Amino acid sequence: MSDNLDKLTVKQYQKISDSNSGKSNIVKNCIMAFIFGGLICTIAQGYSDLLASKPVVRVIGILDEKSIGALTVLFMVFLGSLLTALNVYDCIGTVAGAGSIVPITGFANSVVSPAMEYRSEGLILGVGAQMFQVAGPVLVYGTASSVLVGLIYYLVKI
Amino acid sequence: MDYFVQYLCAFVVGGLICVIAQVLIDKTKMTSARILVLFVVCGVFLTAVGLYDYLVEFADYGARIPLTGFGYSLCKGVFNSIDEYGFRGIFTGGLPDVATGVVMAVVFGLIASIVSKPKSKK
Repeated sequence: MSDNLDKLTVKQYQKISDSNSGKSNIVKNCIMAFIFGGLICTIAQGYSDLLASKPVVRVIGILDEKSIGALTVLFMVFLGSLLTALNVYDCIGTVAGAGSIVPITGFANSVVSPAMEYRSEGLILGVGAQMFQVAGPVLVYGTASSVLVGLIYYLVKI
Repeated sequence: MDYFVQYLCAFVVGGLICVIAQVLIDKTKMTSARILVLFVVCGVFLTAVGLYDYLVEFADYGARIPLTGFGYSLCKGVFNSIDEYGFRGIFTGGLPDVATGVVMAVVFGLIASIVSKPKSKK
């Protein structure tokens, strides 16, 4: 009985707070998304500059631009996966909102998170099948649209 | 100073792209999967019409790291390989450029699923 009462009041509270602070919430969410999204991009920028900096070049040699790009994406995916595996990324996500979803770290999170979650359903039908829950559609429509624009580009070219 | 400007551009552009997504989430109640698909497709088409190149030139990783940059790589890869191989480039060009991210996500996903446990969600 008391449980029911709790739920009701929480719901009511949410309704009231939504109607009162809907606008300021969006502003706050946007500021958070801006800060975290920007920060993640800045980290990537910093890492790519690090790869091109003198001390690093001395150790691993000069990398061409494409390799630096690939290694930076690699690093960001690693970062996103690590933070997801440590259960930190979800905490960041509750604060950052879209700021944690849209960057490539969020893509990594969308792969790693279901992989961990469905581990209990087995490696094949759990981890293997559920891993691309969110990333799958992204790849499907990304690839499909790239083929579409490729086709148009090819026809325009000839 | 040069560095500072570049970092600022990356921060602002990357942040703004995320703000667009946040507004979509708050205003239209779209799920994050829909947002991601929308952003990748937008990235592909913006690159195809040549607009996204300016953004990448201006903000570098601020434009590459958001998922629209994923679409940018896909589209760039396709166009480059069409220039190089002709017709078959339409199908072989896109994925190699984004393979790094996808393959690593899969590998880390597998490792994480074995070594780490998700915190129970309440």
